Amino acid sequence: MSETWTIKYVIYREKKGQEPKFEEFSLEMRPEEYVLDGVEKIWAYHDRSLTFQHACHHSTCGACGMLVNGVEKLTCITKIKDVTENGGVVRIEPMRNFPVVSDLVVDMSTFFSRMETAKARQVVSLSESPTDSGIKREPNAADDLYRLSDCIECGLCISACPITATNPEYLGPAILAAVQLNGLDRFPELLSWVDNADGVWRCHSAFECTEVCPSNVEPAWRIMDLRKQVVSRRVKNLFGMK
Amino acid sequence: MSKPTAIVIGAGFTGVATAHDLALRGFEVTVVERGPIVNGTSGRTHGLLHSGGRYAVKDQESAIECIVENRILRKIVPQVIEPNGGLFIAITEEDLAYGELFIDGCQQCDIDIEELTPKQALELEPNINPKLLAAFLVPDGTFDPLRLALAFAATAKKNGARFKLYTEVENLLFDGQGNVVGIQVWDRTSGERYDLHADIIINATGAWAGQITQKVNSDVSVTPTPGVMVAYDQRLIQRAINRLCKPSDGDIVLPQRRMMVVGTTSFTVEDVDYVPVVEEQVQEMLKRGAELIPGILQTKERGAYMATRPLIKESGPGRSISRTFKCYDHKVVDNVDGLITITGGKATTLRQMAERVADMACEKLGIQATCLTAEVPLISYREYYRLPN
Repeated sequence: MSETWTIKYVIYREKKGQEPKFEEFSLEMRPEEYVLDGVEKIWAYHDRSLTFQHACHHSTCGACGMLVNGVEKLTCITKIKDVTENGGVVRIEPMRNFPVVSDLVVDMSTFFSRMETAKARQVVSLSESPTDSGIKREPNAADDLYRLSDCIECGLCISACPITATNPEYLGPAILAAVQLNGLDRFPELLSWVDNADGVWRCHSAFECTEVCPSNVEPAWRIMDLRKQVVSRRVKNLFGMK
Repeated sequence: MSKPTAIVIGAGFTGVATAHDLALRGFEVTVVERGPIVNGTSGRTHGLLHSGGRYAVKDQESAIECIVENRILRKIVPQVIEPNGGLFIAITEEDLAYGELFIDGCQQCDIDIEELTPKQALELEPNINPKLLAAFLVPDGTFDPLRLALAFAATAKKNGARFKLYTEVENLLFDGQGNVVGIQVWDRTSGERYDLHADIIINATGAWAGQITQKVNSDVSVTPTPGVMVAYDQRLIQRAINRLCKPSDGDIVLPQRRMMVVGTTSFTVEDVDYVPVVEEQVQEMLKRGAELIPGILQTKERGAYMATRPLIKESGPGRSISRTFKCYDHKVVDNVDGLITITGGKATTLRQMAERVADMACEKLGIQATCLTAEVPLISYREYYRLPN
């Protein structure tokens, strides 16, 4: 028999027109189970009015980002044993910096709209994809293999970003990282969108985004690199170069 | 003349594809879903865009559906597909013997395959089991499940469909003669309850189909058949790697983003709302996965979950049931008009399932409208969030 822990889930609840509150649920969980499993169990067995976002349960869709004990986590790949202990607490809140729709569900429409404006691609050729060492492969004309991109648009970087918290107009880490990945040389029309006070220059290098990213995007250094791209693009524009 | 109206229950693959199809045919469509988009079986698929090879020997109806739809999806929704193909590889003599049946089956189903020598296969995929005895290249692919659904939903929305998420159907509404004319729903975001009416109600709830059909005392039901999926934290392959054998536990390893996913098992359950992961099955996936990709033993588990297939209820154990789908007009089956149930099928055949159920809805309502979904490219999945509801 595998070991079972008793866990207290403390869940943020908010319904239209009502004051937000926290509710507690006691669950029996295996330490190897994932945080999302517990949230789903609460819905299945304890409270059918609980709403939360989830789909793939293995970190490809990015739907289930939440605050777990105060830290941004993709709950489908966060094991119980990594955030609490037997008899311990798992506190679940919706992501920060997004309007709450209901309980743990947030409105991500502005974020997705910006990702679309950024021309973020979901399917990228393997030669353009970062490797596990974080470096892009050399472009190889014969390479016709593709993969889904690293960014799963979970929004955790936006939730963790201290700049977004004070200025919602700031484009945000995932968006700027997407522009950096494509490169301004590929989409020079995005220069003015990122080269302003709410764009690449707003970042204060807190690196919280990279800290919480569950999917190898590492937005922080990409924002620094995008600044270089911006300067280089400005110079190219000055001399009418492509 | 006012538009015909349809309610689609369920925003899994079948529901979103049906909404898209009906919207293109001029219906005013409302989708109700008790959770978020694809929170049930659809979201939890391993994401294989089937070539049909897996079914080419024993279940050719499904195999043909898969290859036809594989070609269409590559055309209409490339934005969510890793189009890299797949391999079927033989490890044992028994696998090798199955290869003969496989070649014939694929030919009969019009699935393009190419036989490779083990050396050629290893050149393409250096991390597969070097002891392989034979290999066939097939047109498999991998897709992102949520984004595939969102692309259909976004296009449906653009054509006027409305989505009511976190909205659970509590009761069906009847006309006094036992025919279904609407639904009573509970909005879980507000606690409100209200009624919705439509000319036709489509039950696209997959493994949960029985929860709706029992409200009209129908025998139409499904056999909910879960299987485990395990994700690992490295991408050691670029193509779907299938075991050259009859459908069995752990017969496939898929690449996805920087991961691999191994699937799956097959057993039946009664309660589908929460299916706990069985640790022994997770271990079995690692063992079987390592027979295809030995390096998987050096990777770390990244996620483990259960996905519950909605198999059409027939006699026979899980693996022997066809993976095709079925559409039921409850007027014909139970003498209850206004309700259609569609279930069974696979992610890869979502568009065809929608076509069939929309055909049935049009026929029932006397509407002449051709299916356009095989030709119409889907708009960006992100538009689902941008378009007004």
